Amino acid sequence: MSRLPLVVLIATVALLAMGLVRPTQLGTTVGLASGSALPGMLHASTTPEDAVRSLFDDVRRRDFNRAYSQVANSSDVALAAFTRDLTGTHGSLKTYSGLESFETQLMHATDDDALVRVRLHWATAVGAIYEMRDLKVVREGQTWKVVWPAPSEPKVPPQVVPVTYLRWDVINRGPEDDWGTQNVDAPRVRIISMSAADNRNGVVVLGEIVNEDTVPAFVDVNATLLDAQGNPLAQESSFDKISHTLLPAGVSPYRIDFPGMKLDRVKSVRMDAKALLVPASADPVIAILNQRLDTAPQGKQVLRGELVNQSGQVVNISQVLATYYDNNGKVIWVSSGYVDQALLPQMPQPFQLEIPEDIAARVQTYRVVVNHYNSGQS
Amino acid sequence: MRKLPFTFLLLIFGGVGVANPAELRVPPMVTAGNTFSIATSGRGEADFYLVGPGHVARQKIRLGEEIRIAGTDVRISGRYLAILRSAEGNTSAAFFVSAETPASLSFLAHPSRVPVGESQGIGAVAFPLDKFRNLVLQPVDVRFELQAKDAPPVSLVVQTKSGVAWTPMDSSRKAGVALLTAAVNGFRSTRVIQQVAATPCGLRVKAQRTARGLLVETDPVRDCLGNPVPDGTIVSFTIIGRKGKSTVDAPIKRGVASTQIPDPGAASISVASSVVIGNEIRVGEGQ
Repeated sequence: MSRLPLVVLIATVALLAMGLVRPTQLGTTVGLASGSALPGMLHASTTPEDAVRSLFDDVRRRDFNRAYSQVANSSDVALAAFTRDLTGTHGSLKTYSGLESFETQLMHATDDDALVRVRLHWATAVGAIYEMRDLKVVREGQTWKVVWPAPSEPKVPPQVVPVTYLRWDVINRGPEDDWGTQNVDAPRVRIISMSAADNRNGVVVLGEIVNEDTVPAFVDVNATLLDAQGNPLAQESSFDKISHTLLPAGVSPYRIDFPGMKLDRVKSVRMDAKALLVPASADPVIAILNQRLDTAPQGKQVLRGELVNQSGQVVNISQVLATYYDNNGKVIWVSSGYVDQALLPQMPQPFQLEIPEDIAARVQTYRVVVNHYNSGQS
Repeated sequence: MRKLPFTFLLLIFGGVGVANPAELRVPPMVTAGNTFSIATSGRGEADFYLVGPGHVARQKIRLGEEIRIAGTDVRISGRYLAILRSAEGNTSAAFFVSAETPASLSFLAHPSRVPVGESQGIGAVAFPLDKFRNLVLQPVDVRFELQAKDAPPVSLVVQTKSGVAWTPMDSSRKAGVALLTAAVNGFRSTRVIQQVAATPCGLRVKAQRTARGLLVETDPVRDCLGNPVPDGTIVSFTIIGRKGKSTVDAPIKRGVASTQIPDPGAASISVASSVVIGNEIRVGEGQ
């Protein structure tokens, strides 16, 4: 019993000695931030693609210092601007996102420079967002570095934007009121078009809904697919493929997806439009300028345009919803996409929506609306 | 031996006569909240139960005397059952308690917003209630009156049937707040009906170049009866120029909808609100 302290002491000394002699099994040193750059310890990129991959690996780890060290034109692009370009500003969707994965493709290369296309897959609060960038890469000695395009940070000139503020507030019947006491009616909304179609992912139900009332409405459209016996096959809602807040006379498209469903099993569709009276503001007004159908570099048909926030306040997150019509005026597709940058007052912000190949050929005309979300505002 | 059955029957009937329970003489109709009496017959003591809608009362009584029923025991209208339980047997009698004279109204007006000039667009329903909130089933006259701004009031009298008076009414041709009142026995209940402009009529757009681009604006937006369409109603401008199509969904503010966009050069401009389409104009290059 009396030898036990001595044994413990010897074992402790032995373990300490082993720890000093043998290297650790951990990849990083505990206490240092993972991936921190140490001078002279950077990975040297031997190919243009390697340089882009290395940079975006660091972006994925949110190690922007290390990523910036692989930028060739650091004299043109400050670290802060580079970081803002990748992390977003003004509470935009990008500020709620992280780089999930990326793919690179060498487009062109010489001994001294190259062009690398990178497809970025961002994981955001509203789902995946894909971005494509073509980056120039230059050789500096034995290594390749990325020429980062100088981010154009729009600056709003100091000014006063007069806004006639218009807002609806709602006072509802209280719980202590008599049952006969009048309440304000729910807004009157109407589905003005509806069609069901097969697509490669299943069945989609498309159409438009209008607020026919003089008060704002929070709308949601649900659809139930019924079989020949009238039994429900599936039920879904429009989720975010709709402009939920409809001002008076406002028209929104809706799209309801039924993945894995076949149209030949469906006999009829039961529609249900729900409308709630909600407080709302008539501002901001967002103009959608220079809308045009175009072909993207990958050969896909896209709808392009620019959003201009006509108010004096920043719009944090915006969503573009496009309705496509055939030559009979029938809604044939509804697509949507989020803009990852905030809308600064009066500053155009480009957007692009992909149109499925089978739809693109039938598009005769289209209509675009914008949803907006501002943090801390209803 | 042959007299035995006769004697037996006599005993039975005589016995029944002796065991005959006390009688209750209830009034055929009682008004809610009024004190009244129920006469009884017989001798001795008994338990009296009064069972009504939402209320049960019990008291010890002396048979042959009147049972006094307090007004508080019959405040709810409906069918009541008076039960007497004594050594002589049980007996019961039913009576009805009817509502008192109307003292208040439950008044439903629908909808809370109605387009102007809509025939039978407003529904008014009134339920006269007495001071105990009983529905008054006796026919009473209810006066409905619709008072819109800058218009003579429209009124009519409707008699209740089974406790309900209802009538459809036309909305007036002028937008604004209207007061719909139902009155009975001097008691009035008022509801607010918002008479709103109908869809825009003769929607017109105009455009002018300014230092900041192109100002596109509607004329004052009115419905076909000349009422201003409410502020906040969305008007859609579509500008088709060299660079493509530009659209702005602008709310009406102070009677007009407007937007300012960068100068598109030569362009055609059209306007619509919901499913109503307005005019189309063309602006030339630098015009």
